Amino acid sequence: MATKSMTETPDGPAAAAILSSAIGCLVIGLMTTGAEISAGLKAALNVYDPVGPLGGKTLVGVIAWAISWGVLHNMWKNQDVGFARRFRLSLWLLAIGFVLTFPPFFELFAAE
Amino acid sequence: MSMTSQEWWALIHGMGLGAVYLLAFAGGLAGLYSFRPEWLTESGVAERARRLDWGVWVMAIAAWLTCITGTWIVYPWYRAKPPEGTTDLADFPRYFLLDNPNLAAWHTFAMEWKEHVAWFAPLIATAVAYVVWRYRGELAVRKQMRDALIVMFVLAFAAAAVAGLFGALITKAAPVA
Repeated sequence: MATKSMTETPDGPAAAAILSSAIGCLVIGLMTTGAEISAGLKAALNVYDPVGPLGGKTLVGVIAWAISWGVLHNMWKNQDVGFARRFRLSLWLLAIGFVLTFPPFFELFAAE
Repeated sequence: MSMTSQEWWALIHGMGLGAVYLLAFAGGLAGLYSFRPEWLTESGVAERARRLDWGVWVMAIAAWLTCITGTWIVYPWYRAKPPEGTTDLADFPRYFLLDNPNLAAWHTFAMEWKEHVAWFAPLIATAVAYVVWRYRGELAVRKQMRDALIVMFVLAFAAAAVAGLFGALITKAAPVA
């Protein structure tokens, strides 16, 4: 198999897809903890009463994911951007996102 | 034997779509791990790439449908507020759990974590599916990218596993009926 001919696609599109998924997860985490810190944000995220703020938190996360993917993809679609570095950054964002959605963490900020 | 529409939707959400997701994960992980040039012929790479492509998209679509049905269809029944003066909270799972100190953690920890972290799965799974589709046979010789996809795949599974496990246990403690 000819290795060189099989790696012609730049790594930018892969880096954009992975980093944007991590950004979306981070934003879901930020909304989750943010809603505990700010009653105003919690109320604003309540886009549909039966679902409560969960609907807004996840919608904002999905919108952030879609927009960041579009922007990063357009920036990087024809470039090699250092996939390993972008992947490591994605792992950090995902780790922070996981922590921000973990109840023992975000309940530290809950109003009594 | 009959089931309410709430029970049907809970079944579709958890046992149907959730199970498809977990099965697709197992196939996708095995496919990605073994997608390496030293183990495959050139025609094997092409055939495996097509199969992998299908598997990861099935996983991504199942993740989206699981989260959408869970959040927008099943969850409102779970968190429905009982009318003033209701003493039997069995039909109001969230309030039933919170009313019982021995069960309250199923809501305050399990449901609170599950409902948020579950949404990581479709985002990550879609990224994996896109990269598999975009790079196809190239992944066989891009070890670094393939390894990264395996890590992302496992993280997507971990998020879904938290949601699936807690979903099953919460349903056992306080079913949506």
